[in-house]
Order: sequence, then structure tokens, then C-alpha cells
Amino acid sequence: MRFRTVTSPHVLADTSVGRVMRRVLYAMVPGALALVWFFGWGVAVNLALATAIALAAEAALLLARGKPVSAHLSDCSAVVSAWLLAVALPPLAPWWLTAIGAVSAIAVAKHLYGGLGYNPFNPAMIGYVVLLVSFPREMSAWPLPHGLGQPHAMTLLETLRAIFGGELPARFAADALTGATPLDVLRTQLGLGLNGAEIRNSPVFGIVAGSGWEWATLGFLAGGLWLLYTRTAAWQIPAGMLGALAVVATVFYLVNPQRYAPPWFHLWSGAAIFGAFFIATDPVTASTTPRGRWVYGAGIGILVYIIRGFGGYPDGVAFAVLLMNIAAPTIDLYTPPRVFGARRQ
Amino acid sequence: MSGLFAFHGGLKTARHKTESNRQPIQPSALPKRLVVPLRQHIGAIAKPLVQAGDRVLKGQIIGQPDGYISAAVHAPSSGTVAAVDQRPVPHPSGLPDWCVTIETDGEERWIEREPVAYRTLHSSETRNVLRNAGVVGLGGAAFPSAVKLNLGGRRERLDTLILNGAECEPWITCDDRLMRERAAGIVAGLRIMAHLLDPREVLIGIEDDKPEAIAALTAACAGTGYAVRPVPTRYPSGSVKQLVKLLTGKETPVDGLPVDVGVQCFNVATAHAVHRAIDCGEPVISRIVTVTGRVRRPQNIEALLGTPFADLVAQSGGYRDGVERLIMGGPMMGFALCDDRVPITKAANCILAAGAEELSPERPAMPCIRCGACADVCPADLLPQQLYWHSRAKEFDKAQDYHLFSCIECGCCSYVCPSQIPLVQFYRYAKNEIWAQEKEKQKAELARQRHQARLERLEREKQERDAKLRQKAPARAEVSAEKPSLEAAVARAKATSPAVVEAGAPATSGD
Ligand code: SF4
Ligand code: SF4
Repeated sequence: MRFRTVTSPHVLADTSVGRVMRRVLYAMVPGALALVWFFGWGVAVNLALATAIALAAEAALLLARGKPVSAHLSDCSAVVSAWLLAVALPPLAPWWLTAIGAVSAIAVAKHLYGGLGYNPFNPAMIGYVVLLVSFPREMSAWPLPHGLGQPHAMTLLETLRAIFGGELPARFAADALTGATPLDVLRTQLGLGLNGAEIRNSPVFGIVAGSGWEWATLGFLAGGLWLLYTRTAAWQIPAGMLGALAVVATVFYLVNPQRYAPPWFHLWSGAAIFGAFFIATDPVTASTTPRGRWVYGAGIGILVYIIRGFGGYPDGVAFAVLLMNIAAPTIDLYTPPRVFGARRQ
Repeated sequence: MSGLFAFHGGLKTARHKTESNRQPIQPSALPKRLVVPLRQHIGAIAKPLVQAGDRVLKGQIIGQPDGYISAAVHAPSSGTVAAVDQRPVPHPSGLPDWCVTIETDGEERWIEREPVAYRTLHSSETRNVLRNAGVVGLGGAAFPSAVKLNLGGRRERLDTLILNGAECEPWITCDDRLMRERAAGIVAGLRIMAHLLDPREVLIGIEDDKPEAIAALTAACAGTGYAVRPVPTRYPSGSVKQLVKLLTGKETPVDGLPVDVGVQCFNVATAHAVHRAIDCGEPVISRIVTVTGRVRRPQNIEALLGTPFADLVAQSGGYRDGVERLIMGGPMMGFALCDDRVPITKAANCILAAGAEELSPERPAMPCIRCGACADVCPADLLPQQLYWHSRAKEFDKAQDYHLFSCIECGCCSYVCPSQIPLVQFYRYAKNEIWAQEKEKQKAELARQRHQARLERLEREKQERDAKLRQKAPARAEVSAEKPSLEAAVARAKATSPAVVEAGAPATSGD
């Protein structure tokens, strides 16, 4: 009898890129739900819109590049990029903002560089930064947390009208919607000469950091820990990033507690937790050696602090991640593991 | 688990041991015709000692070891030699190799068998007996054991002698059954090995999913001072360097052998073969083969070498429906045969008839997403992903910088890769390319040296001739004095440049 010949191994683990990406999506669900609850339907609309546009862009570019469309669409990597981008957008961002962001992420940052696995920069963060730089006004239009549970909450229909038509319901004054994020407040008011403790008593802040944001962060932390537990994400990256951020923040806080926010504030506010578990851990653009991941994570942590404290933007996660994306290949080069049987240095 | 040292990476996989490890070892039916390959070991092919028409006895030597790293081959049963020619053999290359075909006479007449009193022999004589008995590693590598039983002045004494009964590959149970049923023979062989190597300690490593084997060997070792060490069931704990690390904490150097750190490691079946060769005077003419997967009665068979795979499958009730692949060895490292009419060799530990249930569905490879899952499981602490990029791009020196040759081809990286990239295939390809290039380089270098030697000889002869001429005609010496040096310069120039062009000729003509 004759048989086919194929090289070993003949059995493979039951895994796939799609499964890895879907796990990331599941892990984002608790945090995303919290965002919807506290910031309204807009978050959900953004997620759906970004997903649709990202998938359309992905399909179009796969077709144009002559790649198998269904195999790549079902790997869900475009959906992950879409979600990462969507949760970073203001909940009532006009539809075209989301569209430009998603197309920049998929078409430019991903496919122009060769598609899945070849992009040096995190696509979602490229999309986000394009928007931040080009449309700073729209990107800073965050509503005060008017969640679904609250009396003034916008209905889904009102939300859709706001996003696609640009009309706000009559009962809202425009400035009542546009709140600043806790980090914005911290920045501008520090500029006004108020001290850290006074600022943190202003209404955008909850118990530790911003209200609403806190719960979302808690959700993302839970999802992120699950990603580490299932070994979907490399644990060294969030450990390195949050560790470095905490250390730097502690040093500054100890030097001048009046001027600098305490470390727990830095860890818990802005996109620190979300970024550490979901953005920095994007395997394609991160460092891949065990030691390199520590360095990569720590680099992001330090850069986040620097940008928050001394840079032009209130939160630096996106820029920090992109900067370290550039460094990742070099970090890998200098941090290979000690090969079995090689002499110990 | 006191005294164990974990190695990095590894996998837990489905075991599939119980399919075949419940029945005792069965003797194989005597086939009408045995096809015995002359190369069943690593090293030089054995020289045939018989020709068509010769009568042979069971256990008679039919292939003589050729050189130091080689092993003898014997007639597995009595009968008549039908042919000495090239036939298909179970080898990944798929190329035929020299075999002795024996028509069996069904009488099973043995040669004279005499036990060897190894305690009174010089160790080199004992090793010679083993060499001529065709004893090679029966775990699958088939390296001549006599070579490994010689410390050769590399060190005075061995620290640790390890017997490998880990059997970490899924599906395979031949060592398990052997340990359960013939523990005394294994320990007897171990005693002979210990006599030759004089180790400070003797350890037997067995994966802890084989409690019966552990119990049997522990009982057989009573009073010997040999220690049975159960090791956690984690593929590839049975790989030599990993087992050495597990049991002793020592890492075999990148370019070295376990003996460099004072450890030597043999398979349990090899120990048993040593016992048979020395204590019974029986050469290696059979081995235990696990026949499993999609056959009706999975089992272990003590098969005569040279028995066709198909016969063992038939003896196990034949194939069940849906066999797509026939694997020699396990699913992680075994290779797929294209035909089941090839003979059992000393390296054939398992026949796995695999179908959709046993195999993984074939999915197209996706791009590498740099997830690092491969590096997390690599027992050699490599970066499989980097090896893959460089092998694929044919940047072989970079692949070597990432220690391509430390890769043991265990398959863990391919197993976990979410993109289903056939990583190990790329490493094999790269290794083969590098070997081929090395060979070419050596040939070219040899050709260059020959060419240079020839030019130098010509020049020398010419100078000698000229010197003679000068002696004969001193008056004309001034005129031609410049000439030889000019010619020498031309010859020198030629010697450096056209060597590459000429290298092709001798390269194809032999070597
Ligand atoms: S496991 Fe596969 S996809 Fe992941 S880094 Fe290794 S080769 Fe790339
Ligand atoms: S096959 Fe080679 S590279 Fe892959 S896990 Fe095994 S040793 Fe490492």
C-alpha cells in the first residue's frame, strides 16, 4: 500500500491565529461593557462601526493584493485592531473620524507594510495617532460620564443621530457633553498652578483616578489577567510596562508629592492598564524574546510617564508604544536567550 | 521529585499509550523473505559477506562493520541468500540502499551461541564483541553502541550512566513493554555497560506515566545500587540532552556530547541487546516494534529485522478504514513512509497507521505573528521564529548564528504555532543546504590544493630542468635567467584565480 509523505510533526495543537485573536476580543468584553455603561451607546456604535470599516478595508486590500480573503478575514486580526482603536475614541466621535482611523490602521499601517505579521507598527495606534494629530478638537470631545444608568442618558437613536448627523439632543448644551479626561484635567490644572491633591478633588476623578474610567480599567485588568493566564499575551510586557511606570512615578512622587501624582494614579488612569495588557502585547509589533519583552515593556512605561508629565499630550500610551515598536527589532537582536548548553556569561 | 532539574519548554500532548501497551509482546510470524539492509545504523554501511545462493544460519554475520563507526548485520533467520542488491528502505530520503535478501527455510537453525565472560576480557575485546553483534542504539538513533562504551581517554571515569526509559513520544510503547516484561535482562545489560564505563552512579529515567515499568525495574535493580528515577511526563524528556539535564542538572555543551560533562546515556532496549549479545551470544536480529493507530489489534511485536512493515500490520489485524499516513516512529518526530513494503530496521521502534483522527487537519500556513509561542516551548532554548525567518530567506549563516544546529527537531515549535507554519521543515531544509555547501566547499578546497600542488610540482621540475640546462650551457645562462621567474609569476597568478573554475572537474569525478 502506498501513502502520502509529509514531514513531522504529524500532530499539531488545536490552535490558530483566529483563536488567539478571538481570545483578545473576549478579554476586551468586560472593559468595553463598562465603557458602554458609563459613557453611553456611543462606545458600542464606535465598536460596531470600526469593526465594519476595518473588515471592509481588510477585504478590499486582500483582494487587491491577491491574498485569500476568507482565510485572512476569519483570523479576526482586523477586528482586534478595530476594537483597540474604537475604545480609544470619544464616544460621540463623528462617524468619519472612526472611518478614517480604521482605514489608516488597516490599509496604511497594516497592508502597506505587507499585511498580517509584517507591520512594524501597531495598526490601531497608527490609526489613533493619525486622528489625534489631524483632528485634535474632535479627539478631545469626551462627554462627562453620562452612563446608561443615569437620568440624562442619550438613547441609542439619539446617539446614532449625534454620530452620523452631528446633532445633539436639545436638552444637552454642547459643553455639558464635552468633559475632559482625568489626565487632561491634571495637565491643564497643574499648568494653572493648582497642586495635585486639589486637582484630584475635582469631579472627573473617582476614588483613585477618573470615575467611570475606573470601572472600565477594572474590566480591562480582569480581561488582561485572563490573557496572561491563558498565555495568549506575554506576561513580561505588562509586568515591565506597569513596573517601570510605577517605579518612575514613585520616584517623582517621593521627590515632590505636591506637584506629581502618586504612582497608583498613574497606573490606574488613562490607558495605562488597557495599554499594558492589550496594546503593548500585540505580538506582531512587540519584542519577542523573554528578556526583550521586559525591556520593551519597561521602555513603554518610562515613555508614558515622560509624555504624560512633560510632553504635549495628556496620555502617552499610543506614542510610547509606537516609539518602542521602532526599537523592538533591535531589542530582539541584543536579548537572545541563552541557548541550551551554551556557556553561561 | 527530589533531585530533578527541569528543562525549559516542552509539551504535554495526548499520550495514546494504552492502545498498545496492554498486551504482552508477541513474537512475529516468520516471513518467507527477509530484506536486511546493510545500513541500519549511523556510520559506514556494513560490507556484505555473502552472495546470492549462500546458505545462512540464524544469527550468522552477513555484513561486516566497515571502519570504527559502523556495526555488523546478521541473518535474522536461516535460509538462502536470494540477492544482494539495492532495495527500498525506510529512510526519509526515499532512496534505495544495499540489502541482503534471504529466503527463509523455516528451520530457524542458529549459529553456535556462546556467552562471553566479559569480566575476564579486556574492555576493548568486549566492545569488539558488541560491534560484531551489531549492537546499536535501539531508541531510534541507531548509533553504534561500542563507540559510546569507549571513553577513549576523554576522561578517567564516567560520573553518571543513564538508561533512557522515558519513551516520551505519544503512541510508542515498545520500551514500556520491554521494561515490564524483561527488566532482569535490561539490568543485566546495564551491569555490563557499567563494567565497561565504571560510572560513579547509574540512573534509570522513566516517565511517570509508566508505573508498571517503574515498579518492574525498581524490583530488578534491588541490591545493585542503580536508581530508578521517575521523571515528569513532558515531551521531549526522552531526548538525550533533556534527560541528562533532568537527572543530573548538567547541560551538554552546544557542540558537544553528554560524555563531555561526564554522562553517557543509552536506551533500555540497547541495554537489553547488550545483555543478549554478551550473556547469550545472540547478535541483534530482532527488535520490539509498536504497531498502533488504525490497525485492528494494536500491540508490540518482537519482529525479525528485515520483516516488511506490511507483515506486522497484517499480524495486527490489518488496517482499519481511513489510513492516510504510515509513520515510522512517533507523531512528533517520526517520518511518513510512502510504502509499507519496506523492511523493519534497528531504528524502527513504531509503526503508526494514522488517519484523520490521529492526525491534525491540514490547514494552510498563515504568516508568522511573532507571538513567541514557539520559543516558549523550545527545549533547546532557541528562537524558532528567527531560525524560521533566516532559513526561509536562505540566510544560512544568520540561522547558524541563532544556533540552528542546536535544534533537535523535536517539533514542539511547529506543534504550538498558531499560524501552522511547518517550522521544522524549514530547519531541515536549512541544515541540508548547509551540509551540501560544506561538502562543496571541501571539494573545492581539495581541488584547489591539488591544483596548487600540481603547479608547484611543474614549477619545481621546470626549475630543475633549467638548472640542469644552466649547468650544461653556462654561457647562455644570462639570456634565459629572467624567464623562469616570469613563468613562476604567471603560474602563481594562475594558482590563485582559476582554481575555482577547475574545481568542477575533480569534484564530479569521485571523492
Ligand atoms: S509560534 Fe509561529 S507565529 Fe508564533 S512566533 Fe513562532 S513561528 Fe511565529
Ligand atoms: S524543533 Fe528545534 S527549534 Fe523547534 S522546538 Fe524543537 S529544538 Fe526548538
